[in-house]
Amino acid sequence: MAVGYRRERIDRGIKARCDDIFALSSYREVLYLVVPRVLPVLLLLVIPLVVGIYWAKVIVMACIIAILALSWDLMFAAGMISLGQALFFGIGAYIAGSLNHYLGLPPAFTIPIATIGGGILCTLLLSPVLRLRGIYFAMVTLALSLMFVRIIEATRILGGTEGMTALSPFPSLWVEVYLSLIVVLLCLFGFRRLINTDYGLVLRGIGENDRAVMSGGINIYWYKAQTLFIGSAVAAFAGAFTAHYQMVVGMAAFALDYSILPLAAVVVGGSGTFAGAALGALILVPLSEALRAFVGLRIVFYCLAMVIFIVALPEGIFHYLQRRYHQFERLVEVEVRK
Amino acid sequence: MKGDYFLKVDDLSKRFGGVIAVDKVSFDLQQGEFLGLIGPNGSGKTTLVNLITGFVKPDSGKVIYRGKDITGRMPYTIANLGIARTFQMVRPFYHMPAYKNLIIPLYSPRVKKLSGGKYGERDHVAIDLLEDVGFERDSFVPYKIAGSLPHGYLKRMELARCMALRPDLIILDELFSGMSMSEVASTMPIIEKLQEEGKTMVVIEHRLRELFRVANRVIVLNFGRKIADGTPAEVMNSEAVKKAYLGTEAE
Repeated sequence: MAVGYRRERIDRGIKARCDDIFALSSYREVLYLVVPRVLPVLLLLVIPLVVGIYWAKVIVMACIIAILALSWDLMFAAGMISLGQALFFGIGAYIAGSLNHYLGLPPAFTIPIATIGGGILCTLLLSPVLRLRGIYFAMVTLALSLMFVRIIEATRILGGTEGMTALSPFPSLWVEVYLSLIVVLLCLFGFRRLINTDYGLVLRGIGENDRAVMSGGINIYWYKAQTLFIGSAVAAFAGAFTAHYQMVVGMAAFALDYSILPLAAVVVGGSGTFAGAALGALILVPLSEALRAFVGLRIVFYCLAMVIFIVALPEGIFHYLQRRYHQFERLVEVEVRK
Repeated sequence: MKGDYFLKVDDLSKRFGGVIAVDKVSFDLQQGEFLGLIGPNGSGKTTLVNLITGFVKPDSGKVIYRGKDITGRMPYTIANLGIARTFQMVRPFYHMPAYKNLIIPLYSPRVKKLSGGKYGERDHVAIDLLEDVGFERDSFVPYKIAGSLPHGYLKRMELARCMALRPDLIILDELFSGMSMSEVASTMPIIEKLQEEGKTMVVIEHRLRELFRVANRVIVLNFGRKIADGTPAEVMNSEAVKKAYLGTEAE
């Protein structure tokens, strides 16, 4: 018998047994729960005020990707792997853009119409393929987003290759920054709340094992359609917002970036928690900006950073932080049999 | 004929490529009957269940439940009509606590209509149901993540999930496979109790001794065909059944 050491993980404080029932008995325990929720929110709201205009714009971009990542994560929770966030984004952008360009409606109307209308349109478009699972569903979403670009290019509708320009801008940068931040936070906390209700439980059940959910008497296609509506409406909002933010809608709204970047954000941040999706986007987008100093090698370093994140923390940054916050590790002596 | 039978399976067939999994099977079931469904491996028992519950669409034939044609309906539609099933391979939601696994059938339109219920109430109902299948209420077992539970518990959780639907017809697909003797012994009374409550049951089982104790009728399948139908004693004495299980003598 020899003596070895093993790392042991121990739950900290009140995070002892249940995931959703807390017995709060002291000021400290309240802080233990509230600080990790309130502190990031406060930081997010304060940072744009101190970093200057350039970085405030980077934050807006990060928020747009964060909204798409949140919408991806919600659909993923219900078992829909999407490679078509660009489809939702582009449809939202084009609805808002054309309403503004042709009818002259202000952003206060175009954005809500694009959000709801985009959600309905995308849900109708994809409802015939809700039966598909996994990679098959993903391929359809990808194909549709690529198809829309070519339709616009070939038929020259909605501005064709030039796009629609001179759209109404937002009143100021601060409106842009705080509107996008608030929507990220609303989606983040809203989705986290939703997924923990019985309704959300059904969605997670569909993601894990749809046949077992069907045998439980749940019409999974109806629930998937609802999730698709919420997910695509949120992504369409991001598109509509970006149209007015950039004051132009073009074929770039369907660019593959809007499908892949949210996916990368979720993988880096950690899926299934929404916080991971938002965190991933808020890390990756500013990182990409910070690497501009490398000019030609920027993408190389960006990809390297991504690989390092994924290899070192395959569970995702958020899962890692969460575990470190709720548990501590210590070495314990164990007997090793030879 | 309407209303005479509870479930009527009429000339049901299903072919997978070159294999005829279920070949013109017909039978009917009275309310309150306890039907055992047996047969060698690959004889089409699970496919028959999948055909009845809508997970597989039949090539021909009809399934009539309480006078209503349910052939080829969606599984959730059939479940909402009161036919609940377990899966031979357990299909729990591994990442959820055991009691949350039961929330999904409790959230179905059928149960909502029968008993209503809100967020918190459903949790209580779920834990009551788990207690019925032998999850100790005062232990932490019902709150444990399903993925961490032993196989025997998962099998009984399947049964509880089935009962959560408040079914009229319960179909158990090899519930006892992979259970220890003591687990079987503790699960039998639950099934007997369901039988006493007047539930109609169809049970696929390889443990014939346990099955024959409770079943009042047995159907034997071989190569997708029904080869015997009768009381356990009749079935055991049937020549066709002996051949199917023991094989014919070499020529």
